[in-house]
Amino acid sequence: MTDSAAALEATGLSMSYSRRKEAVLVDCSFRLPQGRICALAGPNGAGKSTLLRLAAGLLRPSSGTLTVLGQTPAEARSRIAYVAQSKPLPPHLSVTDTLRHGAELNRPSGRWDQQAAERIAYGDGGLKPAEKIRSLSGGQRTRIALALAFGKRAELMLLDEPMADLDPLARRQLTGALMSAATEHGTTIVMSSHVIAELEGSCDFLLLVAGGRLRLGGDIEEVMAAHTLLTGTSGTSVLDTGGHTVIDQRPAGRGCTALVRPHGEPAGDWLAERPTQEEVVLAHLRNTEAPPLLTETATPRSLQRAQRARSQENAA
Amino acid sequence: MTAAGPIQFRIDRRSGVATYWQIVQQTRQALRLGLLQPGDKLPTAREVVEATAINPNTVLKAYRELEREGLVEARRGLGTFVRASLGTSPAADSPYLAGLEDWVARAHEGGLDREDMAALFDSVLNKHFPQETP
Repeated sequence: MTDSAAALEATGLSMSYSRRKEAVLVDCSFRLPQGRICALAGPNGAGKSTLLRLAAGLLRPSSGTLTVLGQTPAEARSRIAYVAQSKPLPPHLSVTDTLRHGAELNRPSGRWDQQAAERIAYGDGGLKPAEKIRSLSGGQRTRIALALAFGKRAELMLLDEPMADLDPLARRQLTGALMSAATEHGTTIVMSSHVIAELEGSCDFLLLVAGGRLRLGGDIEEVMAAHTLLTGTSGTSVLDTGGHTVIDQRPAGRGCTALVRPHGEPAGDWLAERPTQEEVVLAHLRNTEAPPLLTETATPRSLQRAQRARSQENAA
Repeated sequence: MTAAGPIQFRIDRRSGVATYWQIVQQTRQALRLGLLQPGDKLPTAREVVEATAINPNTVLKAYRELEREGLVEARRGLGTFVRASLGTSPAADSPYLAGLEDWVARAHEGGLDREDMAALFDSVLNKHFPQETP
């Protein structure tokens, strides 16, 4: 593993489940540096689960490339943990058996951490060792699936809607455990969700997909800083937004508000505010015509090189 | 470090105040109230994220800010420790308090209500001490 290897790096990634059907992912390019906690956000059916399955090596892309920790998804398999929405676990096994099974499967890598797995499985409000998988609730199955991921001491955790079935207490507790693992081991975590508020606070990186395309990618603070919420107070219902890229615009009383990517100072009578994460995400979901934004940290190396070459050509 | 427990940060995600800034403010408040004194250890980033489920970088950013202000220092491998205390709130006989009382009385006579005064006070504070961007 080299330090410069990204946790995930996609170039022109596309995926269709069959030739007759519409593509689920279209020409996605992005880079997720290691050690980040990444929100994979987007509406239902946006392609989030497909992207995670591709990263986990369970699907092959129709075109484009995806590297995981500098390797192919198949090569990186022992270094990643994937928690699917459906959590397919053998129903007849008990919780202890399931953990033992996990220990055996991970013996070749020599990385299994029984204590870490047990802490998640049996910790506060956790599971009973003898309980059978088939009798577990959705949230309890999430807990055992996460316990296996922690036991594996994965460098990259791919979690598909991990919080969906959890009660608020378990959600807080398991998110805390994830953050703690990230602090201690520098684990990279990708969590998908269609509930944006759920990811706020925990994540420092954002990948927003909608309609199979990447809309936003980058360090959350950088992405947020690139947007401004303008409120026009001058009584115009349509704003002259100058050279700004308008993502979303709507009337507000006698004026109107617009979420823009400003280029230079906003001209005219504007009240400029910093939008919330939710406002930025929702604006991009409402206006799918808006140009995507990929910050420099989120741009694949290959594209960075191409961009540099192009700008040099232009300069010459 | 005393036998007392570590301070707990209360993060309000809906407050609109940046999370790291909430940690900075709450630490300052704990210093003002004497809950934290020079030599006390702040909870580790790991302890904070485990309890609050916030991003570890947020905690580190807050601690860096407190360090920049000279309030705490990071000792390699040991943790982050309080370096300086903050003055407690001005006592009842403070000249600032008397001045403020006087101002409130006059503003009230002038027809301002509580919200007007709060808004005015905030706007003056913001003018002189621009808020950190959230």
